[in-house]
Amino acid sequence: MTDKPTGAQPHQADHTDSHSHLTDIDARVRALESLLSEKGYIDSAAVDAIVQTYEKKIGPLNGAQVVAKAWTDNKFNQWLNEDPTAAIHSLGYTSRQGEHMVAVFNSASVHHLVVCTLCSCYPWSVLGLPPAWYKSAPYRSKAVIDPRGVLNDFGVELGANTSVEVHDSTAEIRYLVVPERPANSDHLSERELATLVTRNSMIGTALLAPVEGRS
Amino acid sequence: MNGGADLGGMMGFGPVVEEQDEPNFHEDWEARVLGITVALGACGQWNLDQSRHARETMPTAQYLNASYYEIWLHGITKLLHTHEMIDAQELSSGTARLPVKDNCNSLRPEDVDRVLMAGGPVNRPIKDEALFAVGQRVRTINEHPLAHTRLPRYARDKTGTVTFIHGFHVFPDSNAKGEGEQPTWLYKVSFDATTLWGESGSGGKVQAGDKVHLDLWQPYLVAL
Repeated sequence: MTDKPTGAQPHQADHTDSHSHLTDIDARVRALESLLSEKGYIDSAAVDAIVQTYEKKIGPLNGAQVVAKAWTDNKFNQWLNEDPTAAIHSLGYTSRQGEHMVAVFNSASVHHLVVCTLCSCYPWSVLGLPPAWYKSAPYRSKAVIDPRGVLNDFGVELGANTSVEVHDSTAEIRYLVVPERPANSDHLSERELATLVTRNSMIGTALLAPVEGRS
Repeated sequence: MNGGADLGGMMGFGPVVEEQDEPNFHEDWEARVLGITVALGACGQWNLDQSRHARETMPTAQYLNASYYEIWLHGITKLLHTHEMIDAQELSSGTARLPVKDNCNSLRPEDVDRVLMAGGPVNRPIKDEALFAVGQRVRTINEHPLAHTRLPRYARDKTGTVTFIHGFHVFPDSNAKGEGEQPTWLYKVSFDATTLWGESGSGGKVQAGDKVHLDLWQPYLVAL
């Protein structure tokens, strides 16, 4: 965390680049937390623990483990397809915003992309907290009407024969994209494969690069 | 409601820009807002849908200019006021004045892990038979409620196909009003991109086979 003004969402740079605005909001949040603690509605140590959980414990590494296992274990792959919530929970990833999971599998013919146009629903249990772009107006507005344009914003160009399927997370079902396994990765173990799986590839805004050094 | 939150299909926000090596929180206050929001949720004074509705009722122009955690701060502040847990005078003076609600047991630090790991499933025991079957063609209703709905504007009055039945889930429209969970069937409904956006889409990039899937409750759907 820094004290410099940041455009928390790219389209709002003009708005948030105001030091006084940040100082003001920081003071407001401090006052609110102090008042709520005084009234016994929250315990600041619990707030710390929640923040630390998402800073240290729950993040995209969880999802990467799910994906790597799906690539290397046919039985798990099938389970993930048929009963995704149970399959993911079996690895210990049970937490909130992951109560009802669906896994969608990218292939040469279909590319999946996940969005929440109405707010910012995101599979916290497997990917952690969403990045600012996922919650931003540019992504939420464009992903459903121009998914290929969104992919281009991320430098991704799909093949001419690949169709795009967008999942708008309107209910409490959370989506995990299982990206295509990188080319030249046959020799890698599940653990090694997990290190290659990026967060964006599990949202659908990235493809995984072929593994270098082998052909 | 047709507010700032219902963004699907709007134009003019510019490209999606990713920040490299983005931290979870850009400022300390953002982390506190996340933690306070989650902690207050455990206090049980409101439900998830009321929480979402409190955020989406931020005035539209303000919503479109706010950062994500500013929207969350707006949401909890509004709920705390509505539920008479705080008031403006308390906030400005920093001193508690209103009586303290005795039915809010604050989330204890030692319970955080258990509460987060347990989550809050919203599927409920099935009470009736599903009206629609997988493969059935359905049309979405054309309603524009002032209140909370999870049927976005861009998918209203559109024809799609039921492609999966998720189960019997809490109905956000009633839950957000405090009218109870009124659980009902939740379906995955798949729409051809051309049905939603026309043959050319926004950038002329729509291809045959492109789809948009939404998870929609039974009251949003009518049989064709």
